[in-house]
Amino acid sequence: MDDLRKKAKDLLESQAVNVIIGYGEGTSGAVRAIFPRKAEETDKLIYDDRCTQNLAVYLMKHEIKHMEKKGIVATIPAMRSILQVASEYQLKEDELVILGIGPDGKLVDIPGFKAMEDYLATQDFGIQEDDKAILRKIDAMSMEERWSFWKDELSPCFKCYACRAACPMCYCTRCFVEVNTPQWIPISANEIGNFEWHLLRAMHLAGRCINCGECGRACPLEIPIHLLTYKMTEDVQTDFGVTAGLKADMPSVLSTYKLEDKETFIR
Amino acid sequence: MAEFEPRIVAFVCNWCTYAGADLTGTSRIKYATNVRIIRFPCTGRIDFMLLLKAFGNGADGVMISGCHPNDCHYTSGNFHARRRWMIFRRLLDFAGIDHRRIIFSWVSAAEGAKWAQVVNTAVEEFRQLGPYDNYHAASKEPLEREVING
Amino acid sequence: MDIERKLIKRASLGKLVEQLRAEGKVVLAPKKKKNVVFFEPINTIDEMSTDYIATTQSPKAAAFPKSDRILKFENGKEGIKFEGQPTSVYPETVVLGLRPCDATGFDSLTAIFNWDYKDQLYNDRLAKTTFIGISCASCDAYCFCTSVKGGPGNTHGTDILLTAVDGGDFLAEIVSEKGKKLAVSGQQYFEADSGADKEKFLANVPVKFDVDTLVPKAQNSFESPVWLEQSLRCIGCGACAYVCPTCACFDMQDETTGSKGQRVRCWDSCGFGLFTLHTSGHNPREVQSARWRQRVLHKFSYMPERLNVVGCIGCGRCSRACPVDMNLSEHLVNLAEA
Repeated sequence: MDDLRKKAKDLLESQAVNVIIGYGEGTSGAVRAIFPRKAEETDKLIYDDRCTQNLAVYLMKHEIKHMEKKGIVATIPAMRSILQVASEYQLKEDELVILGIGPDGKLVDIPGFKAMEDYLATQDFGIQEDDKAILRKIDAMSMEERWSFWKDELSPCFKCYACRAACPMCYCTRCFVEVNTPQWIPISANEIGNFEWHLLRAMHLAGRCINCGECGRACPLEIPIHLLTYKMTEDVQTDFGVTAGLKADMPSVLSTYKLEDKETFIR
Repeated sequence: MAEFEPRIVAFVCNWCTYAGADLTGTSRIKYATNVRIIRFPCTGRIDFMLLLKAFGNGADGVMISGCHPNDCHYTSGNFHARRRWMIFRRLLDFAGIDHRRIIFSWVSAAEGAKWAQVVNTAVEEFRQLGPYDNYHAASKEPLEREVING
Repeated sequence: MDIERKLIKRASLGKLVEQLRAEGKVVLAPKKKKNVVFFEPINTIDEMSTDYIATTQSPKAAAFPKSDRILKFENGKEGIKFEGQPTSVYPETVVLGLRPCDATGFDSLTAIFNWDYKDQLYNDRLAKTTFIGISCASCDAYCFCTSVKGGPGNTHGTDILLTAVDGGDFLAEIVSEKGKKLAVSGQQYFEADSGADKEKFLANVPVKFDVDTLVPKAQNSFESPVWLEQSLRCIGCGACAYVCPTCACFDMQDETTGSKGQRVRCWDSCGFGLFTLHTSGHNPREVQSARWRQRVLHKFSYMPERLNVVGCIGCGRCSRACPVDMNLSEHLVNLAEA
């Protein structure tokens, strides 16, 4: 933690960055994102097991984007988000200083996107075992059971869009759910509208989701919506052999194709 | 009771399948009348949402059809579409939506006979599956419910 | 009316629920799903959860559902037909297990929905709703009802307030005419007051700030730098507004299928970027700090000024639901001390 604070302090003192996006103490034992802009504020930075939020989401936030040079405390999911978003031309490498955090909680030296790619190549970032178990459980259900499972899970959704807001990849200034000439997805939170919203949200993340699980964690109603995009991460890997967020210049899975893409269902 | 007649919406590309379906007609080939054809510039232009909207508006089955690989008028629209359907189909299945009710095909402008055959087979399959009651019920529910509460 | 004190045994409360159901009333009570507690219809008291500080979802949906039909329309041979939503079909509803803070939340909603136009949908629903509250025996760090003039045993707003006393029985305070009516129709379940000291069974909710000094400060804080400072980590979702018992913003939607459709009023949130976006492309609240300020000032400046009611009941739901630890009471303390 001292390493982290010292590096952050140096960065701000030397004016290499204008802000550090990091974790600090919150209320009631929670941690929260903090944004030190002065060197003396860096001793509020912390890192421990509670720091799970994917801070990359703030890189796309209007106010922070405009702070130009930024330092970010980046765990592995955040690093992957950064590469993914960079591959979509949303981030400039020279505006970003990475304060990498390894799985052991120690500071990792990540001098640029290339170094990040090399570092990630040595890391394990698969879907966690407990989520995998639920995925397999759902796979094993009958179609009717899956329909009831999701109907039951999605029915409380009141469309607060916390899932969307928490996702670093959901950076559109106008989301498809806000397309209203005509209204594409119903605004009212009804059964089928909730299906449409969550399935389409998942589709928009196909080949882009880096399975950080932030959407599911953000949901105030504990709907396991991250499972939808996790499932697609697996499918994209199976069908196209692609894993999102590993390269800064990777073409998007669904806006590219291969002649030899193999399907079994087209007549 | 009369046999169940499935309602089918077909999203087809302008250049191949639409022309193919036209050929089916001009060739005087008789085929099932259950299908309502909607013409698109390209299969690559068909949004996934339209499938759900079709089911939501009472379709029992959906067909999607366009140019064979390498025949796309825009070179690659059908390849993009193919990737998209590969993923979307799995996602629908994962969500418990009946992907057997979506039938994909490549039908060229010269394959009038194939279109008739694809449609006839689809109608038979959808007939076996019966009306898509649970999706229709869920879609109609907001309008039909007497009181919305909570 | 004077508050009448009675006693109701836990088993009798179950029987009362059964009677209410037999009378055709909808009984909404806290139900737990995973760690989330919703108000949902119950048939027997066994379905009700008692393991909650405040429910995750507020009970406001009883009078202001997340989506509510206003009218139906149909384009037929004789032109377009409209049919307003009849409010007579709204069921008689009993909300059981809401907290004293929740009950005061309806003051804010009532003020908003009757500010100029008298909102019939809301008013008619509320008129058909009876609130049986349960006092708070415990609180958590997010609770601050006592800072906004509420309290864990506050009777205001409930029709009957239950307080769990010795031996699992409830002290029942009959607060209003509606409560009295319910107590009379179920009189066999209510017994004579045992004289328990209610205060002894209530949570001790610390006062975090003085609302009377906060409100004037809030009224002069429009240009304050605190808004940006507090809201940098806000990600702009609507979780706070959607769990809030007093947030009343809504959006109108026409939903059409074929030639039929309905106009629906749906919850909305001032935290959304598009909430104030004009057709011209101009957005008067372009950044999250401006939206966060709106949310706080609406409750602590505009509502006290225009409607004579503070738009916050101190339930702490917004802070519990927030995915990024935006803690309202902490921010209010900042503001009060600024």
